[in-house]
Amino acid sequence: MKTKNKTLNKTSRMNFITYGVVIAAYAILQTMVSTGSISSTLKGMLVPICAYVVMAVSLNLTVGVLGELSLGHAGFMSVGAFTGVTAAIALQDAIPSGTLRLCIGMVVGAIFAAIAGVLIGIPVLRLKGDYLAIVTLAFGEIIKSIINNLYVGVDANGMQLSFLSDKTNLAEGGKLIIAGPMGIGGITKLSTFTIGFVLVMITLVIVFNLVNSRTGRAIKAIRDNRIAAESVGINVTKYRLMAFVISAALAGAAGTLFAENYSTVVANKFDFNTSILVLVFVVLGGLGNMLGSIIAAAALTILPEALRQFADYRMLIYAIVLILVMLITNNPTLKGYLNIIKQKLVRKKPVAQTAEGGADNGK
Amino acid sequence: MAFLNFLISGISLGSIYAIIALGYTMVYGIAKMLNFAHGDVIMVGAYICFYAVARYKLPPLVGILAAMAVCTVLGIIVERLAYKPLRAAPSLAVLITAIGVSYFLQNSALLLWSSNPKVFPSVTGMGKISLFGGQLTVSLVTVVTIITCIVIMIALTWFTGNTKMGKAMRACSEDKGAAQLMGINVNSTISMTFAIGSGLAAIAGVLLCSAYPTLVPTTGSMPGIKAFTAAVFGGIGSIPGAMLGGILLGVIEIFAKAYISTQVSDAIVFAVLIVVLLVKPAGLLGKQVREKV
Repeated sequence: MKTKNKTLNKTSRMNFITYGVVIAAYAILQTMVSTGSISSTLKGMLVPICAYVVMAVSLNLTVGVLGELSLGHAGFMSVGAFTGVTAAIALQDAIPSGTLRLCIGMVVGAIFAAIAGVLIGIPVLRLKGDYLAIVTLAFGEIIKSIINNLYVGVDANGMQLSFLSDKTNLAEGGKLIIAGPMGIGGITKLSTFTIGFVLVMITLVIVFNLVNSRTGRAIKAIRDNRIAAESVGINVTKYRLMAFVISAALAGAAGTLFAENYSTVVANKFDFNTSILVLVFVVLGGLGNMLGSIIAAAALTILPEALRQFADYRMLIYAIVLILVMLITNNPTLKGYLNIIKQKLVRKKPVAQTAEGGADNGK
Repeated sequence: MAFLNFLISGISLGSIYAIIALGYTMVYGIAKMLNFAHGDVIMVGAYICFYAVARYKLPPLVGILAAMAVCTVLGIIVERLAYKPLRAAPSLAVLITAIGVSYFLQNSALLLWSSNPKVFPSVTGMGKISLFGGQLTVSLVTVVTIITCIVIMIALTWFTGNTKMGKAMRACSEDKGAAQLMGINVNSTISMTFAIGSGLAAIAGVLLCSAYPTLVPTTGSMPGIKAFTAAVFGGIGSIPGAMLGGILLGVIEIFAKAYISTQVSDAIVFAVLIVVLLVKPAGLLGKQVREKV
């Protein structure tokens, strides 16, 4: 008890470090933006980075904390992007404040993505392992197909929906918002770096509080041993669905943020490759490690731009970097060295040793 | 007659999916990894054949053999360099590496062969076969595809059932540790699996591009994903399952395109997959593993 009062336990310390890093990064970047010492490409990437960070953290909840591989996370981003932007456009006349409209859009996006999460989660979570992964992939593709063929318009009579072809028959003065494969065009750019930062912070608060709560411990217990968890009375379906839906809702909000940063958004942007991109962030950052996800998402979003001087070779270098990082981090010899360094660091601070045992799980 | 026509083109497309799915399923069965780079091996095979036939005017059969040789070697090299060091690593690490390899192959192709679409020359010729007094015409590509698929199925079934290497493969997929104790060289067996899978991918690439003759560096991605679903559909790890899954998937796709809607045919294919997996969680022919407590 005495040690607990003196120093925070390892998890809380890690959480505060994560918050600190995000706030510091925001402060530094914001100062750089206001003093103009930042390149215009990087400035344009700040909002997408925030969106990808939220995506990575939310996917980490599914993959790292819940322990299920999801290959369709971009589908939830897509649902969030389209519903959120539609809401923001529909409210254009009613609410003059852009920030408020964006916030409402993000909430709407999150709600719809959560609904999609429930609908998908109920069948998906009955499966296990690679079969679950392939079904999430399938749902991602289905969402893409549906949105690609969806026409939504708004006129005096309210909202009109049609599928496959434009049969909305809008009244005079009506506006077609989602135009099938053309997606949404003419979006007023509402996203700002500050709102992105706020969304990242909200996501972190939600995820950390969830993971370190009774619910989070139940979810992790299910990940580590489903049968054992079930035998001590944990409602497996409920907690799995809960993690999945929260993850989906956060992805939906990220989708709205992402889409409101561009003037057009099409469903093909959120395809299998985007899901994989986010999964790469999560795995490179470390499963269950939120700070790792944040750093990986930011670094890997910037990397292709940073490699711009290599022109055509940049994606090739990106691929090689990806393979090498995976090979090096999984090399037993190098892992041994890392452990020696870790042990030396731990020996210096004997207090931390008590908390060490639980932290290595799931690696 | 229209129905029969759709059925035949469905089986033909399904045969291509089945050949690709075999590569996925064999690698999964033995190495327990999802080889996401498999779709891009198809693309490489198609490009090699394209250059051999269209540029160097070699006979189509030589082109196919060249594509197979290059892809087989490519498969072995990729396995040695990227996957072998990760044999003991968590499966997600291997998955990400496979994605890295996929990016690598796509972007290498982009640099080597540019993003301009290439019009693939048909390796079978443009002939058509008329049946039932001209009521039913089937293109030669379709027939060749179906026959190739049947030959590959029979050959592979014989190979895994009767040869020493085939038996070693089955033993490895059953229990790697026990197989090693019985004196099976697990590493070379895995290399062999990759070699066969990649060689089959080359054939699939040539057939795919003969039927749909546009060749770009991303040609392999979508058929790759579909074939992967086909492998899961039939029960991943099972060779007859991959064949059944591939053909069913092809037929469903063509029927969905013909009778429902071209735009949402992919969605229908994936929806069928989901329904099948919900009813049979290990795929059509997959082994249901009992969970022991």
